[in-house]
Amino acid sequence: MAVSRRDFLKVSGATTAGAALGGLAGLGFDLRPVHAAATSLRIKNAKAVPGVCPYCAVGCAQLIYVANNKIIDIEGDPDCPHTEGALCPKGSSTFQLSINETRITKPMYRAPGSDKWEEKPLDWMMDRIAHLAKKTRDKSFVEQENGITVNRCDGLAVMGSSVLDNEENYLIAKLARSMGVVYLENSARICHSTTVPALGTTFGRGAMTTNLIDVINSDVIMPTSNWAECHPVSYKWVMEAKGRGAKIIHVDPRFTRTSATADIWAPIRSGTNIVYFGGLINYAIQRRKYFHDYVVAFTNASFLIDSNFKTPTDLGGLFTGYEPAKRNYDKASWRYQLDADGNVKRDPTLKDPSCVFQLLKRHYSRYTPEMVERVCGLPKAKFLQVADMYCSASGPDKTGTISYALQLNQSSNGVQQIRSLCMLQLVLGNIGRPGGGVVALRGHSNVQGATDMGTLYHMLPGYPGMPIRDAHPTFKDFIDKETPKSGYWTTKTAHVISQLKAWYGDAATKENDWAYDYIPKRASADDYSHQHMLVAMLKGKVKGFICIGQNPAVDSPNSHMGRLGFAKLDWMVVQDLFVTETAEFWKEKAVHGKDQSVDPKTIQTEVFLLPGAPAAEKDGSITNTMRLLQWHSKAVEPPGDARSDAAFLYDLGLRLKKLYAGSKAKKDRPILDLVWNYLHDPKDRKVEPKMELVLKEVNGYATQDIVDKDGKVVLKKGQPVPGFAALKVDGSTACGNWIYSGVYPEEGKNLAARREKATTPGDYMNHNWGFAWPANRRILYNRASADASGKPWSEKKKLIWWDQDQKKWVGGDVPDFKADLPPDAPKLKEGPFKGLGGQDAFIMRPDGKGALFGPLADGPFPEHYEPFESPTHNLLSKVNTNPVAKVWDIGDLNKLGKPDQYPIVLTTYRLTEHHAAGMSRHVPWLSAMFEGHFAEISHELAEERGIKNGDMITVSTPRGKIHLRAMVTGRFRPFIINGKRVHHIGIPWHWGWLGVMPSAIGDVTNDLVASIGDPTTYIQESKALLCDVKKGEV
Amino acid sequence: MARTLAMFTDTSLCIGCRACEVACKQWNQLEAETPHWTGSYQTSPHFTDKTWRHVKFIEKKDERNEPKWLLMSDVCKHCNQAGCLEACPTGAIYRTPFGTVDISQDICNGCRYCVSACPFGVVAFNHGTGRVNKCTFCVDRTSEGMKTACAKTCPTDSIEFGYRDELAAKAKKRLAELHAKGVKEAILYGEDENGPLGGLNAFFLLLDKPEVYGLPAEPTLPQKPIVKDAGLSAGAAILVGLGAIVAFRERGGGDRGGEE
Repeated sequence: MAVSRRDFLKVSGATTAGAALGGLAGLGFDLRPVHAAATSLRIKNAKAVPGVCPYCAVGCAQLIYVANNKIIDIEGDPDCPHTEGALCPKGSSTFQLSINETRITKPMYRAPGSDKWEEKPLDWMMDRIAHLAKKTRDKSFVEQENGITVNRCDGLAVMGSSVLDNEENYLIAKLARSMGVVYLENSARICHSTTVPALGTTFGRGAMTTNLIDVINSDVIMPTSNWAECHPVSYKWVMEAKGRGAKIIHVDPRFTRTSATADIWAPIRSGTNIVYFGGLINYAIQRRKYFHDYVVAFTNASFLIDSNFKTPTDLGGLFTGYEPAKRNYDKASWRYQLDADGNVKRDPTLKDPSCVFQLLKRHYSRYTPEMVERVCGLPKAKFLQVADMYCSASGPDKTGTISYALQLNQSSNGVQQIRSLCMLQLVLGNIGRPGGGVVALRGHSNVQGATDMGTLYHMLPGYPGMPIRDAHPTFKDFIDKETPKSGYWTTKTAHVISQLKAWYGDAATKENDWAYDYIPKRASADDYSHQHMLVAMLKGKVKGFICIGQNPAVDSPNSHMGRLGFAKLDWMVVQDLFVTETAEFWKEKAVHGKDQSVDPKTIQTEVFLLPGAPAAEKDGSITNTMRLLQWHSKAVEPPGDARSDAAFLYDLGLRLKKLYAGSKAKKDRPILDLVWNYLHDPKDRKVEPKMELVLKEVNGYATQDIVDKDGKVVLKKGQPVPGFAALKVDGSTACGNWIYSGVYPEEGKNLAARREKATTPGDYMNHNWGFAWPANRRILYNRASADASGKPWSEKKKLIWWDQDQKKWVGGDVPDFKADLPPDAPKLKEGPFKGLGGQDAFIMRPDGKGALFGPLADGPFPEHYEPFESPTHNLLSKVNTNPVAKVWDIGDLNKLGKPDQYPIVLTTYRLTEHHAAGMSRHVPWLSAMFEGHFAEISHELAEERGIKNGDMITVSTPRGKIHLRAMVTGRFRPFIINGKRVHHIGIPWHWGWLGVMPSAIGDVTNDLVASIGDPTTYIQESKALLCDVKKGEV
Repeated sequence: MARTLAMFTDTSLCIGCRACEVACKQWNQLEAETPHWTGSYQTSPHFTDKTWRHVKFIEKKDERNEPKWLLMSDVCKHCNQAGCLEACPTGAIYRTPFGTVDISQDICNGCRYCVSACPFGVVAFNHGTGRVNKCTFCVDRTSEGMKTACAKTCPTDSIEFGYRDELAAKAKKRLAELHAKGVKEAILYGEDENGPLGGLNAFFLLLDKPEVYGLPAEPTLPQKPIVKDAGLSAGAAILVGLGAIVAFRERGGGDRGGEE
């Protein structure tokens, strides 16, 4: 049947309601009036406004139907290439984020010690907030430390959110940094922060390498996340690939809706991914299943490493250089051997015992199938079946893809867990090729964009690090130490200067180092992350807290500890759609949960709750998990005093500028000099800024006329730059975030808003839909889709290749490479691609190669350590836990459980039908999908503890206990770990004490989680805990 | 009559995400209901007056003792011999020109004969409006040539919407493919117009026996079909008359029933 993309079906002779009645009229009855009413299509004359779903990071494009200024229907946009019009239940319910009786539309105020909310005028609230922000800033501001200008304000903390738009996150970063804020985080920290260093170290960029549609080209797909449940719409490509013959292996301790579609379910105990992937790497090497030519050409396998370097195979679980007193590594030997000219020594035969390949082989030689069985609990026979199947997805004709999400991220060695997966893909030659790649599945709509925009403690927009006092006292130190000597990151200086120009305009000059000192400097690398922030509140260091679109009272690890911290704040601002648990932490049964009351009189925190607007009610762009920017337009005005987060920020910035006006203090220059003009309508009391102007600034523009060598003006002052290659080091360009440059290449041309059909035949990824950073490339590192000589590895798996006649790279994607650099070119001596040659497919890496050897805080190769709470000692070495991980010292609030008291492994997860606690539990259609909070437990455990399906149970850890219903299921099974039976349970974390109906209300799962951090990103360990389970509410 | 429309629900593609349930509620503006504890992910044990797509989760073990999770989005079958339509005394239940079965809310008198006449437990009484409700096959959308809301939103194309003959051919092809792949247990349910009830206009590909999914193996109507269904209901409408229509209604207070 010819169903058009717009899904209108031509029904012969019955295309309208009236005509449709012909058949019935023939029976002698004319029910026309009745049927006319029944069949009138209510969206027929409605306006369809382009939207983007605000839930997960698949980024399903929507059409928002509006009639009489009211949203009447929200559906998938059938033209969207990666969704084909589909939406999951969350996307299908987006309507109720806007049309919802429980939304807040008036600002609400809670006075210190009060037990109730009161409505206040928006203007009064904003004045008071600006006054308090200034007061706290002035009181806690540090200008100088150890003789270094630091311009830091430790008393303020700002939490943005990965459900906010790119432009909003950009405004947060710009304003907060200018206030001196270093406690700046968004929710990406606690979900996918480990992705960035893992993928960045291995491939050069901390982003998903591939495109969701491209999954159809995979021969074997191995989700290690619960892909079907957490990113259902993108799972269409997995099912499509399956239909074409691909095999699916699902790796998960629990049998889920993803497992239900898989050829093999491979359950492994939570927290043992490195053993699993290490086992696969070992298998690929031992059985010679790796892609030899790819490994030699495109990875650092052939590079020789310092002869002093040893792996844990030889050093009992540690790498060379461990310093126990510092819980740190001296990484002096973690480096390449260089020849007299400074070039890395290589052995293309991969036989030298010091080469990366041989070290890798030796390192993973302990990760045998037997070891996988003992540690992961995956029987050897099944592991071998999986290994054989997955390793078959390698070589010129075959590719495989692997998805991952929080099972890997949220761990005391989360970065390394992800890196082990990335390395397997490199060994099998699966990066940069159709059907290959690493599918990093993000849970919030804009995790990628919020990360790109630098609302994270450790970085500025576009990934330059946040300056650290002792390392970067001057701009020169910062540039010298942070800029590699080769690879495309050598262009960093232009990005940083252009960003400072975008922020401080004429006040950023060559003479004042482009106002480098306006940016605060961190006192230490071991501070300011999400968990640090909550501890700093608890300890009274942070006094004022602005929380936008995030709900840490429920969503944060060890959230009880977090709520105790909120009670010590002087003031808190929450901007959200609904009354969240964070905003209402001061209620009687909130801080400690339902079993222990707190008198609100004792809580002196002044709380401001401001009504926000969902995506459907504002303009802006969202970057989905595959780096695709899509613009959504404001379909209707937000109700009442509700307004966008951008408006709140812009308004706050304007008020602060007013409050500081006339100040002569040096510390106030960043606020006074801040370029902050986004042209709101002066009559608009909600101060909504023009978001296209923000996007233009993010893209970059000329700050003066720019002329070429012949004196011809190539860019007029104020004109957008066409892309990041145009950014300058002389201050003649301003650019908020260089990686997004090109999204707004001409005045009025917003490529994020582009929703066009593909125009090139065979363009299955549709380069005319939105804009993918960088430079609209859809598959990163695609140079590796051709062999060393530039020819496609095979006809079946071709993507781009070298065209000798045209002297350039051509094919089905924008080359992620210097377009005219021949495959046999030697390393370039200068220019942005300095140090890269024709086979250096990983252009963001200084050496141009995919990193099998990639130094991180906890080693250059991933090594298994047990989670901090584990039912077993480490079977691979005597080092039980990550020797450099962070454990916060907050006394009893962070006690760890031992297996004698807490014998059961607990993992936390989310469900298809629920999402961030501030959203889905306020949406009736979603809240009605589950009866209430529950834990999934095995029949075996249920029998041992006398629990029946549906019984109330108590799950406890040393941090807390929760009451919930037991769902007894065969989808969880005990594991045999080192010969001993170990029970494993799982609990979704969505519930909290507020919600639109009783089924949406339940105990806070995150109260069970400890305060432990990965050493690189300080993400929490919430996937592998120990707990106990008892029948009844005890 | 226009060419018959149908929905083909291929459970071998279903991921149980329940987008269809919610998209149906969104399009038809059906109120959220208080969910029940069903022991699994299923929201309610059966269809209700406000749940017209109903996703079932059936846990089993396969022959190797591995877990197996049958996921199925159930819906009104829009039977060619429709028990509800035949039982309806008022003519409220009618066959649309597309061959699907719909209920005129303005004519329904709330007698509930249809509820017991449906072999699939689809039709449900709405205590708010005093009438019965079920899937309308998105008659408002399909009349305008649009897909049903559930088929449109389905992420994996487990639910397909189209002409019955084309979908039936597709279903047979899919069945053959699965059999060739060794999925011997796959069967079609309701696709055959010579089968029970003259075939179903919402038919299924199942991965186990119908009974496992709570579907009758051989659905039959409680009443004996004497007259062609459309004729019967039309005749019944005349006999009963408007007074009786109103008399049967039980209008409850407070519950708007989502019929705005």
